[in-house]
Amino acid sequence: MHSYDYWLIIAFFAVVLVPAPFLGRFYYKVMEGQRTWLTPVFGPVERVCYRVAGVDAQQEQSWQKYTLALLAFNLAGFLLLFAILLFQDYLPLNPQQLPGQEWTQAFNTAVSFMTNTNWQSYSGEATLSYLSQMVGLTVQNFVSAATGLAVLVALCRGIGRKSASTLGNFWVDMTRATLYGLLPLCLVLALFLVWQGVPQTFAHYVDALTLQGIDQVIPLGPAASQIAIKQLGTNGGGFFGVNSAHPFEDPTAWANLFEVAAIIMIPVALVFTFGHYVKDLRQSRAILGCMLALFLIGGAVSLWSEYQPNPTLNNPAVEQTAPLEGKEARFGTTGTVLWSVTTTAASNGSVNGMQDSLNPLSGMVALVNMMVGEVIFGGVGAGMYGMLLNVLIAVFLAGLMIGRTPEYLGKKLQAREVQLLVVTLLVMPVGVLVLGAIAASVPATAATISNPGPHGFSQLLYAYTSASANNGSAFGGLGANTPFHNLMLGLGMLIGRFGYILPVLALAGSLAMKKSAPIGQNSFPTHGPLFVTLLTVTILLVGGLTFLPTLALGPIAEHLSMGF
Amino acid sequence: MSSTIRPAISLLVLMTLITGVAYPLVVTGVAQVAFPDQANGSLVRDAEGKVRGSSLIAQQFSGDRWFHSRPSAGAFATVSSSASNLGPSNPALATRVFEDAGKIQVPGQGPVPLALLTTSGSGLDPHLPPQAIAYQLARVAAARQLPVSTLERLMDEHIEQPLVGPPVVNVLALNMALEKL
Repeated sequence: MHSYDYWLIIAFFAVVLVPAPFLGRFYYKVMEGQRTWLTPVFGPVERVCYRVAGVDAQQEQSWQKYTLALLAFNLAGFLLLFAILLFQDYLPLNPQQLPGQEWTQAFNTAVSFMTNTNWQSYSGEATLSYLSQMVGLTVQNFVSAATGLAVLVALCRGIGRKSASTLGNFWVDMTRATLYGLLPLCLVLALFLVWQGVPQTFAHYVDALTLQGIDQVIPLGPAASQIAIKQLGTNGGGFFGVNSAHPFEDPTAWANLFEVAAIIMIPVALVFTFGHYVKDLRQSRAILGCMLALFLIGGAVSLWSEYQPNPTLNNPAVEQTAPLEGKEARFGTTGTVLWSVTTTAASNGSVNGMQDSLNPLSGMVALVNMMVGEVIFGGVGAGMYGMLLNVLIAVFLAGLMIGRTPEYLGKKLQAREVQLLVVTLLVMPVGVLVLGAIAASVPATAATISNPGPHGFSQLLYAYTSASANNGSAFGGLGANTPFHNLMLGLGMLIGRFGYILPVLALAGSLAMKKSAPIGQNSFPTHGPLFVTLLTVTILLVGGLTFLPTLALGPIAEHLSMGF
Repeated sequence: MSSTIRPAISLLVLMTLITGVAYPLVVTGVAQVAFPDQANGSLVRDAEGKVRGSSLIAQQFSGDRWFHSRPSAGAFATVSSSASNLGPSNPALATRVFEDAGKIQVPGQGPVPLALLTTSGSGLDPHLPPQAIAYQLARVAAARQLPVSTLERLMDEHIEQPLVGPPVVNVLALNMALEKL
C-alpha cells in the first residue's frame, strides 16, 4: 500500500465519523418535528404536502395503521414504476426511442427499487429512457430510503416511549425523511459530482469521431442527480450499466472518496439518532463500536486478500501484482476494496469495480457482510433496525445465561417479542438457502452461470444473498435477465424487505405499550465492552453458522483450489 | 380505506414532482451554469469544433504510433458499457492474459504491466498507471522517430497524482498532445 491508500482510508473515516453525531441529532430533531435551520425552506413545502394529501400531522397512528400506510404507499410506488417501465416507449423524454421493458424484468426492476435493493438485470444507458431513470427510479430511490428511516424511528419510539399506543405518523415521517433527511445532502453531492465530471443534461447522446477515426457514441443524461441519491439513500442502482466503475459515474479519486463515504454517512448518523430517542448516547457508542469492529475485520481480510497476486497468472511475461481485472486505474486496489466492503456492509450495492473478478476471499467478505443481514451500518434506517433486532437477541441470550427476564432499556422482552425476533431470523435463510437451492436445482440455471467451478456456485449464491439482503450488488457475470431469475430474485427482495419491516413494526407496537421498569443494579448493562463483544459474537454466530456450508462450497473452495 | 389511499397516491405524486422533476431540474440548471463543460460530458473538440470524444471515456488506439488504452472487455462499446466478469479462477482469464502478454512483451523491458493485460471494470477506463505508459514509450518513439526522452517528458507532464488515489495518465490527453509535437 502507498501513502495515497492510507490517505484514502483516513479521509473516508473522517468524512463518515466526524459529522455523524451532529447529523444524527439533526435527524432526531427533524423526525420529531422540531425546528431546524432548514424549517424555513421546507416547512411550507411540508405543509402543502399534508394539505393536498389530507393528512393531519398531529394525528399519530397505531402500529397496525402505520404498517397499513407504509404498505399502501409502497404498493402505489411499485405500480407507478412498473407502469412507467412497461410503457416508456409511449412516454416523453425518450430521445433514444427505447422500447418498454419486458414484464418480468419490469417487475424485477420495480420491486428492486421499491425495496431499496436496486438490483439491476438491465443496463441503464441501453434500456431506460431519461423519464424512466428520473421520474421512475430516482423517486423510488428517495422514498424507499425514507421508508426505511420511517420504520427505524417507529422502532426507536417503541423502545423510547412508555405505555404508548401509537408510533408516530407514517405519512409525516416519510415526508420529513425525504425533504429534510435526503434532499439537501443530495443537492450538495450532486453538484460536487458534476464539478468532478458527472454529466447532468437532457441532451441527446453525442456522436464523436475518435482520434483514429472510429465512430463513438457518448451516452449522457441527468446522471449526477440520480447518482447522489443512489449513494446517500443506500440504493445502489447505477445510471450506467457498469455502475460507479463507469468514468461518468465516478470520474476521479476525489469523487470516489465522497461517493464511497456517502454510502454509510446517513446509516452511521442514525446510530446516534437512536441514542437521542432513548436519551442515552452510550447505547449509540456501544452499537457503533460493534459495527466498526465488524467493518474493520471485514475490511482487513478483504484488503489482505486483494493484494495477493493471482497465482493462476504466474508467468515471467506478466507483472505479478495485485489483480486489476475488473478494476479501474483511477481507484486502484484500495479504492476498489474499500468500496466493495462498504457497499456490502451498508445495503447499497453500487460497485466501482467488478465484484465477480475479486479474489475469492474478498468476494467472501462481501457475501458475509450481506449474510449477517445488512447490519454493519446497513441501509438507511434498515441497517439500524436490523442491528436493534440483533441487540434484542443478544439481550435475550444474556438473559438466558444469567437466568433473569431479559430487558432492554427498561423494556421486558417476553414471549411475543421473542417470537417476532425469531421470524426475522428466518428471513435471510429462507431467501438465500431456500430460494437459492430452488434456483440451483432448476436445469436452466446452469446456462446463466458464466464462470466454471466453485466460482460459478458463488455467482448464484451472491445473487440470492444480494436480493434477500436488499443489497443489489452482483457477481455480474450471472445472466440474471431471465424470466426465472427476474421473478425469483424479485420474490427474494420482497421477503428480504417486508420479512423485516412487518415484524419490526409489530415489535415496535408491542414495546411501546410496555411500562418501563427502572434500570436497577440487576439489569444487564448494554453499553459496556462486555455487551459489545456479546453482540458482535451473536451477529457472527447467527449469521455465520447458518451460511458457513455455502461459503465452503463457493469462495473457500475456490481459494483453496487456486494455490495462493 | 380512503384515509389510506388518498395520502398514498397524493404523496406519491407530490414526491414524484419534488424528487423526480424539481430536484433533477434544479441540479441541471445549476450544473449547466456553473459547470457546463462537465455537465455535458467533458467533450473534447478539435480545431474545427468537431467532437472527438470525451476526456473521461477511453478510445481504442491501435498501431505503433499511439499509446494504447487499457484492454476493454466490451471492445470500447459505450452503449452499453460492460466488463469481462471473469472470476479469478477462470482458465479463460489466464489464457487471455498469457496470449496478450506474448504479443505485447518487449524484450529487455521486463514483464508486461498488469494494467495492459487486464480489462477494466467499465471497459471505458480512460487512464493508465504511469508504468503502463512507460512500457510503451520505446515503441511509440521508434514509430514516430522521436527521442524517447521527449516522450518521457510528455508523459511526466500528464501524470495526475491525487492525494487519495493512485497516479494515472489520461491516454486520450496524452495522445492528443503527441499529435501536436
